[in-house]
Amino acid sequence: MKQDRFIAFILLMLALSALSGLVLITVFIFKEGLPLILQTGFRDFFLSSDWDPKGEHFGILSMIVGSLAVTVGAMAIGAVFGLGMAIVLTQFCPPGLVSILKPLIELLAGIPSVVYGFMGVVTIVPLIRNHLGGPGLSVLAASIVLGIMVLPTVTSISVDALKAVPRAYWEGSVALGATKWQTTHMLMLKAARSGILAAIILGMGRALGETMAVIMVAGNALEIPGSPLDPVRTLTSNIALEMGYATGRHREALFATGVTLFVFIMIFNTTALAISRRSAGKGGGR
Amino acid sequence: MRRLSPAITQRVAVTFLWSLTLITIGVLLYIILYILAKGLPHISWEFLTKAPESMGRKGGIFPMIVGTFMVAGLAVAIAAPLGVATAVYLTEYTREGRLTFVIRFGADCLAGIPSIIYGLFGFVFFSIALGMGLSVLSGALTLALMVLPTIIRTAEEAIRAVPYTYRETSYGLGSTRWQMVTRVVLPSALPGICTGVVLSLGRSISETAAVMLTAGSALRLPQSLSDSSRTLALHFYILSREGLSMENAYATASVLIIIILALNALAYWLMNRFIRRAG
Repeated sequence: MKQDRFIAFILLMLALSALSGLVLITVFIFKEGLPLILQTGFRDFFLSSDWDPKGEHFGILSMIVGSLAVTVGAMAIGAVFGLGMAIVLTQFCPPGLVSILKPLIELLAGIPSVVYGFMGVVTIVPLIRNHLGGPGLSVLAASIVLGIMVLPTVTSISVDALKAVPRAYWEGSVALGATKWQTTHMLMLKAARSGILAAIILGMGRALGETMAVIMVAGNALEIPGSPLDPVRTLTSNIALEMGYATGRHREALFATGVTLFVFIMIFNTTALAISRRSAGKGGGR
Repeated sequence: MRRLSPAITQRVAVTFLWSLTLITIGVLLYIILYILAKGLPHISWEFLTKAPESMGRKGGIFPMIVGTFMVAGLAVAIAAPLGVATAVYLTEYTREGRLTFVIRFGADCLAGIPSIIYGLFGFVFFSIALGMGLSVLSGALTLALMVLPTIIRTAEEAIRAVPYTYRETSYGLGSTRWQMVTRVVLPSALPGICTGVVLSLGRSISETAAVMLTAGSALRLPQSLSDSSRTLALHFYILSREGLSMENAYATASVLIIIILALNALAYWLMNRFIRRAG
């Protein structure tokens, strides 16, 4: 039994690796970025759009707006398609077909983000430029590309949420004479709503954090977008675009951009985790 | 307004939902076929085995293939043992409580952090604070942290799917907990664990933002773990973004897509094996 306890101890130490990774990431990102935010002042950093590294002006408002615009746009697409597919997979699809569709959705998640960005540049961007006007590289283009990229996340978590609804609910509803669709939208979607909400919030986190694809299709202009056809720069692309040559205060400012992104992501993800945990707790109690 | 009959509403809704699904599958197939159609004609033995010339305008991608597999392979080699150990601890060595909650919370948070943040962290921590510079090792450690949550989650699910009777039988035969874990539970869960590992390898190979800031973009063949190396995904990004050579960009993307397809097929095959065995 002594050996058993020793092994348990070693395993515990290894199990703490993920947690220590998280702590290290948090500490190092804040250590590099927070001082600059404090020196610049909250107002000049968060509420100004004046980003001029040479003149040491570091205002990231336009990027915050850009990130949020692109994320909301992506979710408008990702939530409809992702939830739609989740309903099809759990309610209306024969099991044989599910085993074909599921790996295809996983494949969608496996395609590199640079490939998505590239496909956006060669297909969606010219389409927008020729038919809707503007430079093509835009909030809209980024939203469409990101919408497709977050689909697998939204779909798979929504599928889990729908599957967690007790089978007896479904049977009861159908036995009362409801059609499958009535059962789905009146009962299943309501019973699974917190899980679906968690899926959408996690999808938003994905969209907010995506970098390479957004750089390629969003246009990266340093202005608050006036319409969906305007180019934008997001928090993520600001870091990736300038990190290669930034030094000194400029580099600190990019880490400060990272701190902002990190805080947004943590808010999104802990909200999603709290929602899905609460719903899991409820399901277990029944 | 007269209400539509439930049967008609159902037909309209189902048609709509199926068209969403088919559009998505269509987009997926379009992406894959588009890249392969434009890229495959430019792939040759020379392209795969030669070094690039004049920044990638000509020549091949051999150093990037080697670099990609060094970075991604090492990342998974580091993350897999850590992830599986975590899963074993969570499932076999402890009861659900505050500690497991905290460990899972850490892994869940880690899973949501964007790759560019991993890149920033890897850059200040591994490359600068630990003095690794832009190198294969720094890139691999960063990616290892990034795929760790996936490996923990899939390994945990695979271990939980092993029937409880296996464990009871093993104890009944007088084995210790460790013998039970290493000789009964892990072998049964192996295909499921491997699925997670293979998918993580795919994710490491696809990753661009994090490796750009940690492994650098050197065009040379990496001679050791402390050399900088450009991965295939980053090479594709640079080629297409700087307009160096569209032909080589398409060919590089095709190689990338083929690797991802192969890994996903492998993961799918392993998963089916696992389901058949567990079921």
